[in-house]
Amino acid sequence: MKQFNYTIKDEVGIHARPAGLLVKEVKKFGSKVTVDKDGKTADGTKLMAIMGLGVKCGNTVMVTVEGTDEDAACEALKTFFEANL
Amino acid sequence: MKKYSGKSVCSVVAIGKISVFKKQGMSVKRVHIDDTESEKKRFEAAKSASSEQLQAIYDKALKEVGEANAQIFDIHMMMLDDDDYNDSINNIIETQSVNAEYAVAVTADNFAEMFSNMDDSYMKARAADVRDISNRVIGNLIGALSNGSMSEDKVIICAFDLAPSETVSFDKDKVLAFVTAHGSSNSHTAILARNMNIPAVIGVGDEFLAEIKDGDEAIIDGFTGEIFVDPDAETHERLLEKQKADEHKKALLQELKGKENVTLDGHKINVFANIGSVTDIGKVLANDAGGIGLFRSEFLYLENDDYPTEEQQFAAYKKVLESMAGKKVIIRTLDIGADKKVDYFDLKPEENPALGYRAIRICLTRPEIFKTQLRALYRASVFGNLGIMFPMITSVSELKKIHSICEEVKSELRSQGVEISNKIETGVMIETPAAALISGKLAQMVDFFSVGTNDLTQYTLACDRQNPEIEQFVDTHHEAILKLIEMSAESAHKHGAWIGICGELGGDLELTEAFLRMGIDELSVSPNKVLPLREKIRSIKIKSSD
Repeated sequence: MKQFNYTIKDEVGIHARPAGLLVKEVKKFGSKVTVDKDGKTADGTKLMAIMGLGVKCGNTVMVTVEGTDEDAACEALKTFFEANL
Repeated sequence: MKKYSGKSVCSVVAIGKISVFKKQGMSVKRVHIDDTESEKKRFEAAKSASSEQLQAIYDKALKEVGEANAQIFDIHMMMLDDDDYNDSINNIIETQSVNAEYAVAVTADNFAEMFSNMDDSYMKARAADVRDISNRVIGNLIGALSNGSMSEDKVIICAFDLAPSETVSFDKDKVLAFVTAHGSSNSHTAILARNMNIPAVIGVGDEFLAEIKDGDEAIIDGFTGEIFVDPDAETHERLLEKQKADEHKKALLQELKGKENVTLDGHKINVFANIGSVTDIGKVLANDAGGIGLFRSEFLYLENDDYPTEEQQFAAYKKVLESMAGKKVIIRTLDIGADKKVDYFDLKPEENPALGYRAIRICLTRPEIFKTQLRALYRASVFGNLGIMFPMITSVSELKKIHSICEEVKSELRSQGVEISNKIETGVMIETPAAALISGKLAQMVDFFSVGTNDLTQYTLACDRQNPEIEQFVDTHHEAILKLIEMSAESAHKHGAWIGICGELGGDLELTEAFLRMGIDELSVSPNKVLPLREKIRSIKIKSSD
């Protein structure tokens, strides 16, 4: 299992568009990905659940990756967050 | 005539007939189903039909409003594919033995409620997206989805609310404007309308919708958000004029955008804009001005109940400089006094305020006010291309005093480790006959002149600007004024300075040619005069044809 924390820099937080892109990114890998914010957890493949977390600018999320390709998935997701959020 | 109003999304005037857009009756009944497996298949089929439709809408949006705005329909497709959404629908069909329409409607309600309850206006607005996709699926299940029949003429579409997919599905060549009784200007519908360049007025209210019918004549004023139904002749005339002026401006903009301001015989001149507050920046950019030739810093003082702090001023200057992205921004220091009074300055009533205690005279006798402003200006200087100019100059000694205060402030800031741009230009306003007459000396001490023609006229012709009774004696084209401007231009150029005009006269198209002949380097006018002036410049030939 791999984990990292990320603090959102995007002004509007995880809004529809980046949430959609995130789901697409997660689906590229076989690992199970979850996004946690303040004790609430959303499955990385579920768009509405991720939007439902209501992640805003300045919030910190914890991303957990678990599976056979977790190393590659974790790296890709770190890059994704840096680039889009 | 009846008038309504809402939030406008696009500054365009639209005149035409109303077409009321009615949604298909989507009342969903709960029906008991025994064969839940085939009901789930019905849902799957409706879902894939919906997906295909959304793909087509996405493709249309991609062409008409660009990738960033089309993205919402990609999101819609993903929402439709969302596991939780689908599990919920299939579970409801399975466990309650009900029809798919009902399961979709209940699921839509639940998800829409989740979004509505979020404490963020952006996420609240997403409830509409869930309803939009769900209504599409239900429409496909019922087999009642239509794109709405449209008449031959262009019409003003009026609706209770419009879903993004509905907005983009209209043939935009047939839509004059959108008017909705509900919705927010933050919605995707509003954003899409803006990008399709179709005027939209949002949130007009139920009363509007109840009172209109197909074929009613209406005018939408996208500048104000007003809607006139069955307009009277006067309103019709007025808005027709407004529409024409706007179209003319847009045509000009189209033609002139990004082009140099150059006469037929190759003479170049800068055309800048005058602004009185940070909120005017939008107008400067919309009119494609080359810079800001006069930023009246007074508004910071007039809007406040007490002296604006250094931080307040710094924030305003920084914002203007950053917004203009490297284009020249000339900020005029405090010009309070005469007709511009502020209580907390505690200025005594004067017999002749125009000849009295104002502008640089206040700054030089109350240097603490002046220094605060200068500190804010110098600190902001690194965020853009700043010019600072001083108003109401009448003598060389004033300018010397100003320079020494400036140097004092700068060295103070430097000792505090504050970075100051080394490209700041300083200039003086030529708005008194004295300044014009000694312009040869002043020019050696500054980078530029800016002629304030309003005060220069008042002082040269001895005509009080505030007195309407002497208006007939105010000849703004008086040769004495033009002579003083010409003299200042010669002085400036002789000593390597440049000269601009930032008063009303700068935008007087009858004088543009005369100013070009004098070698004026810059004209700064109110934002709405920028384009006509640029058009005029491009039609002038300075050298005589023989």
